[in-house]
Amino acid sequence: MPILTITNLAGATCDVSAPATGSVMEAIRGAGFDELAALCGGCLSCATCHVIVHPDDFARLAPMSADENDLLDGSDERTPTSRLSCQIPFTEALSGLRVTIAKDG
Amino acid sequence: MPSIGTLIVGAGHAGAQAAASLRQFGYDKPITLLTEETDPPYERPPLSKDYLARDKTFDAILLRPASFWASKNITLTLGQRAVAIDAAGHVLHTADGTAITYETLIWAAGGHARRLACTGHHLTGIHTIRTRADVDLMQAELAHTETVAVIGGGYIGLEAAAVLRKLGKSVVVIEMQDRVLARVAGPALSRFYEEEHRLHGVTLLLNTAVDCIEERDGRAAGVRLANGTIIAAEMIVVGVGIIPAVAPLREAGAAGANGIDVDDHCRTSLPDIYAIGDCAAHINPYAPAGQRIRLESVQNANDQAAIAAKSIIAAATGAPAPQYDAVPWFWSNQYDLRLQTIGLSTGYDDTVLRGDPAARSFSLIYLRAGQVIALDCVNATRDYVQGKPLVVNRRIIDKALLADTAIPLKTHG
Repeated sequence: MPILTITNLAGATCDVSAPATGSVMEAIRGAGFDELAALCGGCLSCATCHVIVHPDDFARLAPMSADENDLLDGSDERTPTSRLSCQIPFTEALSGLRVTIAKDG
Repeated sequence: MPSIGTLIVGAGHAGAQAAASLRQFGYDKPITLLTEETDPPYERPPLSKDYLARDKTFDAILLRPASFWASKNITLTLGQRAVAIDAAGHVLHTADGTAITYETLIWAAGGHARRLACTGHHLTGIHTIRTRADVDLMQAELAHTETVAVIGGGYIGLEAAAVLRKLGKSVVVIEMQDRVLARVAGPALSRFYEEEHRLHGVTLLLNTAVDCIEERDGRAAGVRLANGTIIAAEMIVVGVGIIPAVAPLREAGAAGANGIDVDDHCRTSLPDIYAIGDCAAHINPYAPAGQRIRLESVQNANDQAAIAAKSIIAAATGAPAPQYDAVPWFWSNQYDLRLQTIGLSTGYDDTVLRGDPAARSFSLIYLRAGQVIALDCVNATRDYVQGKPLVVNRRIIDKALLADTAIPLKTHG
């Protein structure tokens, strides 16, 4: 299973392995991180699964949709490498991806 | 089973989040999460959407992995129903005779799906959509079901109708009012969704009252309408709202006519008892002034859970407790339509249509005394995001400017 490196709000980092069948949001939630709200369950209806992708990893991701971009625009915590983690399919090719949970994630 | 600490009744979005928030904010006493359901906490919105469609498994809608609760030292007590509360003694009694002592009680029991009261209401083949067990029962019968009658044209009924059409069923939606979504949205939104459902093959019966459920061989066989017409259907889905599950609290003396009254820290009128989520009747700053409402949404459940958790911790330390003032938001997915709502349209006196419903991307903006109070945005995420500050700041904006899609809403923020 691919590895995801997650940094939580307290700044602690850990590696988790997650099935390559779901999203990055599901990988974070499945690893038991309680800071990621992901309130709409991954249907692109809110922006509460906000993560900041490591700048060196950002280009590995497929471009975001206009709706994801708009939802991120509503966040005061947006950075140039912000993404909604429910919109990133987690695949073997993404193993080693580094994400930090945003304050409003 | 003594438990000095916080006892949470109900493990939906509100109860589960209250437990998680207490731990997240540093609460170190015992936490027990008690529910009459036999499943660990899961998301409810997919029940009428992805889970009903079998696009998502049950594991995929768990709010947290099963191991989470133990890892946070939260005791999950499943399959237990709270039946009585001794508020002065701080004891809760369950249906199996257990007495649980608590220091703080959070009532997050939500509600039960309202059922029909007419003749035949008890028959096999009649379903509600509130719990995983409800939907599993439906799914077990769907394989040998061709026609479904949905009673109630609210969000649950319409979402279920959309999924059932996708599964190839014939669907008849029966609504008593003269339009769908009559309780929650303006006529322009109702008309749009009616048209979409008709285009997808749903038969919509408006202004139509139900007389009784027809029986054949001990099962529901159809719906007899007040005008005598019989709508034959092997399955009947009832989506006519919920009844707050608050009897033990009410019997213990908690104030509240529709649900349980809470203050802006989610405290009930009883000592050390909080109420959150669908059953909590609160003064919402986005409702008409002073109006006490219950809000059935994930947003409300989640945000009230955080307020209750912070208030409990603040009460122990003497720190000031935060007030509930979160802006309401909501969503509904039907077919390829994504509705996102910000604010509360309750008490609106005017609307502005922004965009063209025929293009299947538009917003309905609700005004009260000129102020923007809510937006229903259909496939219009940008309006949803940019409309939020207009609602939060109660902006008064010229209607022609609001309607002009060439001007982004953020221009008015």
